[in-house]
Amino acid sequence: MPATLFKTFKDIIADCLIHVQIFKKNILLGYMHFSIAFGWFMLILVGHIEVMIYTPQRNGVLYYPVFFRYFVMETHETLRGSFFFFLMDLSLLLVLTGIGLAIYKRFHSRILGMRRTTKLRLGDKIALYSLWAIFPLRLLAESFTANISGGSFLTISINHLLNAFVTNPDHILPVWWGYSWALGLFLFALPFSRYMHIPTEILLIVLRNAGIKSSVSRDGYAESEIYSCSRCGICIDACPMTSKKRNIKFSSVYFIRLLRRRSTESLATADKCLMCNKCVDACPVGIDSTRLKLLKRQEMHVRSRTDYEYLQSIENKIDATDSVLYYAGCMTHLTPAIYKSLFKILKSANIKYTFLDIDGSICCGRPLFMSGDKESAKELINKNRELIRSSGCKTLILSCPICYKFFKEEYKLDGIDIVHHSVYINNLLTSGNIKLHKGIGSFVFHDPCELGRGSGIYNEPRELLSAIGIVKEASQEKNLSICCGGSLGSLTLSFSEREQIAKSSLNSLLTNNPDKLITACPLCLKSFSTYNTIPTRDIAQIVSENLI
Amino acid sequence: MIDFGYSLTSSSRISLDNINQKKLKKITAVEPDFLKCMACGSCAASCSAGNFTKVNLRMVILLLNRGMEKEAIALIEGCMLCGKCTLVCPRGINTRNLIINILKIYKEV
Repeated sequence: MPATLFKTFKDIIADCLIHVQIFKKNILLGYMHFSIAFGWFMLILVGHIEVMIYTPQRNGVLYYPVFFRYFVMETHETLRGSFFFFLMDLSLLLVLTGIGLAIYKRFHSRILGMRRTTKLRLGDKIALYSLWAIFPLRLLAESFTANISGGSFLTISINHLLNAFVTNPDHILPVWWGYSWALGLFLFALPFSRYMHIPTEILLIVLRNAGIKSSVSRDGYAESEIYSCSRCGICIDACPMTSKKRNIKFSSVYFIRLLRRRSTESLATADKCLMCNKCVDACPVGIDSTRLKLLKRQEMHVRSRTDYEYLQSIENKIDATDSVLYYAGCMTHLTPAIYKSLFKILKSANIKYTFLDIDGSICCGRPLFMSGDKESAKELINKNRELIRSSGCKTLILSCPICYKFFKEEYKLDGIDIVHHSVYINNLLTSGNIKLHKGIGSFVFHDPCELGRGSGIYNEPRELLSAIGIVKEASQEKNLSICCGGSLGSLTLSFSEREQIAKSSLNSLLTNNPDKLITACPLCLKSFSTYNTIPTRDIAQIVSENLI
Repeated sequence: MIDFGYSLTSSSRISLDNINQKKLKKITAVEPDFLKCMACGSCAASCSAGNFTKVNLRMVILLLNRGMEKEAIALIEGCMLCGKCTLVCPRGINTRNLIINILKIYKEV
């Protein structure tokens, strides 16, 4: 428990004040967020300390620290806290540089590492412009009164600079009013704008670290996720669908906005999503938008309309007590070269195997699950689990990452070692059961969404490939890998849109001119081979070709 | 019944009046690909569920166009939505969305 509390505290400091996640994306973008958040926090904190020290009788009066310099001027109290003055001016300068960057970002977002930013709505605009106005006005206001109530390097300098104009008391009041108005307007617009993420993100971090997960798209946790979305638009660039400026409105940021406004259109957006999880990986707040979309689909899918009576007639006749069990799944049956190559490798390593779905497979259920029909998926899971359990196997090899992720997460096959074939073959290589011929060919490895971001397997396939040839890098790989376009996550994406995604993904993969494109997913293999200009192979195929 | 050594086959007459135009329009609205099918049968040939039962998307589209809804539903409700038919379709039809919507529009639960 103390560990969780400590982690929560650490996360709040790192994510809400310092914005470590954004610094990792782009230093300038990180600095922009850090300077505004941290600078403003310091202004509030130091402001309160000043009140506590100099006017303890006012301590606890909410508005007092905000307009401290103004009130103090009125009461003609002289202050000598040059340290705090310096700190206040420094914080203000920090915020002002951030605001400057923010204004610049509106016109040239690319400099800060963002190709596209979110389109703002009225509430956002009011909040944004008032936020921009607050700090320059505060600087002016404090400068105007700096010769009376004190100041430091920034405010005093401006006061001296504009001496004739500033010393006229008639000019002081309007600037303080302006500052007060800007601040009031921002706070008023806050709940109707994206800046709601400032208070909500703290709540989200607490809830997340407590291990809470949402079960409907609008329960407490989901709500805190929805309001924590700062609509920064990092997910727009991340989304594979937006590659040619198409489908921008289907990216996660707009989905969450539709959800927040309780719009019925949110379902159409949820149905379009590839569920490749790239936006979730990129999100600096850590919002699991894919899960929100899945929940939305599940809510709209009220009743199951399928009929799987026929599954009961399938006999559990497979026996794999003394061998490893192999389940090809639907997609691998479409690309039989993969399992044929795998069997060749297993034979050369003298490993006995049993082919579970040799006569055609019962789908693992993940495509059905992702379509929102949880109940029907359960029927498929139960039958497959029965088949696997009755076979008595200890190890289950899968070729399809879609199945792999689902078997790991939903099947509850305790005691059975579930491995993807890329990992299994790599283990055979490291244990010396197979030997490979190292050539001079170069490869690029495409991380399938479900294997990479979905299951965290990035290194094993690359280790395996480096035993055969040279592994070249793609422009976006590992957790940044772009979906092949074939994903079963999307329900309504059309053929031409999928083609576009496949091509943009290939563009990124072929930047370093590899000889072959290697992947570890039958679906990716199928999607890529249609458009690829160089040969596309599964990792099992390339290994079996290079066996000694 | 007396066995005469032959029997009557059931009528294969198609009555286009049986077509529910409203539903047909609805399905083409949500998935316009419905009209693209050229009945090649790639979907049925590759079907995972087709290994165990009579699931056959080609036939379903044909039957719906002939107004035989009940027969069509019987051929599609065993679909596991695995998506193989989408990958093999030479016309690039989004078969999964089509199947989901056929079940939604035609099958009452």
